[in-house]
Amino acid sequence: MNEVELTKCHELARKVRIHCLKMVHKGKSGHIGSMLSMADILPVLYTLILNVDPKNVKKLDRDRFILSKGHGGAALLATLAELGFFPLEWLDEYYCDNGKLSGHISHHIPGVEFSTGSLGHGLPVACGMAMAAKQMGKKHRVFCLCSDGDLNEGSTWEAIMLAAQHHWDNLTMLVDYNRLQALGKSRDIIDLESLKQKLEIFGWAAREENGHDQKTIYESLRDLPLCDNKPSAVIFRTVKGKGVSFMENDYRWHYGGLTDELLAQALKEVEEAI
Amino acid sequence: MRKAFNKELLSIAKRDPRVFMILADIGYGEIEEFAETFPDRFINCGVAEQNMTGVACGVAMEGNIAITYSIANFPTLRCLEQIRNDVCYHNANVKIVIIGGGMAYGELGISHHSTEDIAIMRALPNMVVLAPCDKAETVALTDAMMEYDGPVYFRCGYKGEPDLHDGPINAKIGGSAQLRDGQAVTVFFAGTVGVNAKQAVDELATEGIDCRLVSLYSIKPIDKAAIIRAATETKGIVVLEEHNICGGVGSAVAEVLMDEGVGNVPFKRLAMPDVNATKVGCQAWMREQYGLGVNDVKKAVKSLLK
Repeated sequence: MNEVELTKCHELARKVRIHCLKMVHKGKSGHIGSMLSMADILPVLYTLILNVDPKNVKKLDRDRFILSKGHGGAALLATLAELGFFPLEWLDEYYCDNGKLSGHISHHIPGVEFSTGSLGHGLPVACGMAMAAKQMGKKHRVFCLCSDGDLNEGSTWEAIMLAAQHHWDNLTMLVDYNRLQALGKSRDIIDLESLKQKLEIFGWAAREENGHDQKTIYESLRDLPLCDNKPSAVIFRTVKGKGVSFMENDYRWHYGGLTDELLAQALKEVEEAI
Repeated sequence: MRKAFNKELLSIAKRDPRVFMILADIGYGEIEEFAETFPDRFINCGVAEQNMTGVACGVAMEGNIAITYSIANFPTLRCLEQIRNDVCYHNANVKIVIIGGGMAYGELGISHHSTEDIAIMRALPNMVVLAPCDKAETVALTDAMMEYDGPVYFRCGYKGEPDLHDGPINAKIGGSAQLRDGQAVTVFFAGTVGVNAKQAVDELATEGIDCRLVSLYSIKPIDKAAIIRAATETKGIVVLEEHNICGGVGSAVAEVLMDEGVGNVPFKRLAMPDVNATKVGCQAWMREQYGLGVNDVKKAVKSLLK
């Protein structure tokens, strides 16, 4: 990753954050904390890691990316719009009557591989795609981005066990590990620690990285699989609400809405951030 | 019937490399040949029906035809949200096959009965619902299901069911099969409980009551024309199903009658009376206990003719 690419990813992350804040404010919706927590990951993924083409969104050899934490979908939508998968103006039609964009991610939007919204659905489907790719002799890779809440779901662990059983090394699970969920700290609800050790014991190759350092994000995803014959897990330690001081690490911003004043303050912080 | 299904599926899979079988550790004695013939198109997900359904959806999203296969409720209710959000919303080419529809696993108890499945599956957008009554319908509907591009729920029987058709038939999604014509009452049924409908209609014929007997093997979409004809050409309609009375085949027929303006026909549903089946017994005995027996059908027909 050179300096130009890094600057580009920084700027894209800033734009994604600004879009998300405006979308959530305009739509009077929630989940802003979850969006901001993965806002540094998606730009790296979409500009430097995934083989995708905004001009040919259904090309057969594209890497498949499933956002299992569909509630944070606005961050993916903003990323896709900025990269030209669909017009930026569509972002104005988020979470509103007759709008193009729903609060949870939908495959009816160009560039969105799979619809999610209820947690625990992404990884099983990603497993199916990985299995099919292996059987069909295809070289594309399958990625699934999960949340803390996703890892509460039994279906996610069913998929974790199956992927290891079948050595699907074309499958990578990313975890937006902000350690907060809807009603509080994950450690007080379902403690996932040590997630890395758990996944390794379950037969995955896993590493844990800073999910807001884009150079690190790139380097952790550059050489996949992490280990031949094992599915890969990259656990990104993140901060819920990252980039907005009054939201950071406060679970209330899982659902919280933005007033005009709070929007202005949040935008100022994001726009002025170095 | 499960043997007929597996044999037909295997034969299709030999011709079509897109066919995958995705299991949840059920299928002993039936699925081994598929697994051995196509090891790279077969996977046992373990006892994990939610994952099975998600995996099947992912396989299908890549241009394949994925079969999930288990007994009774396991591949439907346990993983209903995966069927709704993943399979149906994406219109994925997943076929959900159950073995032992209704109370085929009677003695095993309510955990192994599928008596709400039709109502729940037909409420899902994009889902086709099929219920063959014998081996001939099983083979024909397996072919129709595999040719169709989209989600299908296939309510198969278990083993040893008698043949209701004389030989092979053609069947299509949205169709029905008339086994006998008559002008008295039309007896509709879906699935293997049709054996009781057929015996009842045969016995009524000896009493001079000639009924029409129709297998509504395609419950969604349903053969509206056959239902309208029954309402206009015969003196009443009885619907027999091995399912709770809420939302099943009888409800589907009633919906057509009302929607099409032919609802003024004498009408009777024979179904499970909205109770949990706490009695223990074989399928035939359980049918008698819950109002789905031969005499129940005969009684219903006669009551409509009064």
